Amino acid sequence: MGGLARYLTLVPSSVMIGAFFAVPFALILLTSVSTPDDAQDYIYAFDLQHFERFATWFYIERALFSAGLCALIAVLSLLIAFPFTYMLTGFGPRAQNTWLIYILAQLSLSEVLIAFSWQILLSRTAGLANILVWFGLAEKSFSMAPSAGAVLAALVYLAVPFSVLLLFPALSRLDKSLIEAARTLGGSPLRTFFTVVIPVTRPAIISSGVTIFVLTLGAIIVPQVLGRPQHWTLSVLITDQAIFNFNMPFASALAVVLLVLSASVIFAVTKLTGGNKS
Amino acid sequence: MKSNLTRRRFMATTAAAGAAAMASPSILRAAGAPIRVGTYGGFFEESFKQFIFPEFTAATGIEVQSIAVPTGETWLVQIKNAARANTAPADVSLMAGTPRSEGASQGLFQTLDESKLSNLGNLSDTFQDRNADGGLFGVGGVSWYITLCTNSDEIPEAPTSWAALWDDQYADQIGVLGLATNSFLLEVTAATHFGGTDILSTKDGIAQVFEKLSEIVPNVRLWYKDEGAFQQALQEGEIPMGQYYHDVAGLAAAEGFPVVSTFPKEGGILDSGYWIVPQHVEPMDEVHEFINFMSTPETQALLSRNVGTAPVIDPALTDLSEDELAAVSSAGAPIIPRYDIYKDHADYISDTWNKMIAG
Repeated sequence: MGGLARYLTLVPSSVMIGAFFAVPFALILLTSVSTPDDAQDYIYAFDLQHFERFATWFYIERALFSAGLCALIAVLSLLIAFPFTYMLTGFGPRAQNTWLIYILAQLSLSEVLIAFSWQILLSRTAGLANILVWFGLAEKSFSMAPSAGAVLAALVYLAVPFSVLLLFPALSRLDKSLIEAARTLGGSPLRTFFTVVIPVTRPAIISSGVTIFVLTLGAIIVPQVLGRPQHWTLSVLITDQAIFNFNMPFASALAVVLLVLSASVIFAVTKLTGGNKS
Repeated sequence: MKSNLTRRRFMATTAAAGAAAMASPSILRAAGAPIRVGTYGGFFEESFKQFIFPEFTAATGIEVQSIAVPTGETWLVQIKNAARANTAPADVSLMAGTPRSEGASQGLFQTLDESKLSNLGNLSDTFQDRNADGGLFGVGGVSWYITLCTNSDEIPEAPTSWAALWDDQYADQIGVLGLATNSFLLEVTAATHFGGTDILSTKDGIAQVFEKLSEIVPNVRLWYKDEGAFQQALQEGEIPMGQYYHDVAGLAAAEGFPVVSTFPKEGGILDSGYWIVPQHVEPMDEVHEFINFMSTPETQALLSRNVGTAPVIDPALTDLSEDELAAVSSAGAPIIPRYDIYKDHADYISDTWNKMIAG
């Protein structure tokens, strides 16, 4: 009886997950193996031509570039967010709340707005380069975008608030007596940070990193506005295919590749880092 | 910085248009209900609402509900999705060449009744889109030019040929549109270096043109997909030269920015929006009246004066003065996009283009 009731409570969420996740995913999968048709664009079949089209060095290189870029962003945003969040947990509740609300507010900025703000920030006429000139570090102002650095900076900017919010629960629950014990035993604050705080919060660090990785894989506007074509990610190419080339099947095939890519990264990371932990 | 949304800008309008499409369910049409007319959102739609639709209502008694539509490709996807639900997101709307030919091949548009379009004769054949069996499905509405635009502070003497795109003195200084299908750079290359766009009729020819076109890559700093991104860079002189829309460049110049639009000697690129009627649209009589009204010399002149578009009919039929005409078009022969190649060789062109621009 108790078992049945428990199953029944699962029904609403299962229906939701089925309707909003499994069905669209199945449709993408079906579309990715569809075959072109003169009368109606494409028909469902089992045709691997779209994956064959992917299997050229150009698209594979794009996929690897996207993964590398997003991994780098995950690492950089954690490097910025972790020390900040750690120190934030040391503040009183009032200060913490103010900071968290401020960071949450950052999330309400859209990717479009952020991309265009960075474009101005990195421009020759109104940008950061003018400050370098002012300090005498550069002879005359120059434009810093489009470039790889611009894409990286804007995406890290997007990712840092997420990292803070993802790390905050784990760091605020961290048992402070562990730190006190380490300090009592003579560990310096830095040593305590690296040998106690980081290992204890490792699961949170890993899950935040993976979340940031997956999140930035989907960025399409920042790479286009701030990057050159060689910095465009797979998501940009998917948008191009779906919207501008009317090629839903190829766009779906690229989306499946992207999904497999992120799934294998999640799998590898959890396997490599979480497996030996008790 | 001004922030007018222009007709081809896509990122900002995509979301808005999606919301607009959701907010306009098909309601059973009562007699005398307005027809829904879609024009490119932003400055374009504002101008239509202010100058064109009131004239139409005064002339015919038919009310117009204005709908802002996104760039053609995105709009086509919405029309297609609506058709699956047996509705249409607008009764009649403007659509540019590449998505129009794609939509026609998928049977998304209704065939129009020519007997109800008495002014159709004002338009040349190129502005009458027909399917294989001769049925009319698109009627020219407005034209616009893509020209070579420069920042006059950085480049005081504007080049007069598209060949400037290949000139290595402009290394890393040029902005061009980011897609083969909206930059029409294959056509530009063919017109500049191969004596015309005929060479694009075969795949070998396209490959030859691509090889020549790839030489401009070191000069290109920005492959833009968003007009706003390039316009700002052009106005500020960050990217002092590139291809851009003649009408918007004119607006920027009128606002005091050092922007100059030049019709190159090989011709500006002439792209046009045609009126199309999606399947499942009901008030066909009113829609025909609307298209007919838009094809009159009076309306075409009104458009040139207030929206800044080039007429789709012989300018001699209109009362536009020489100066008014020069502001929106040029007397020289334009480069006409080869919309057909983007359908026939879609995958080849998109892959080759992607590889080329990624260096």
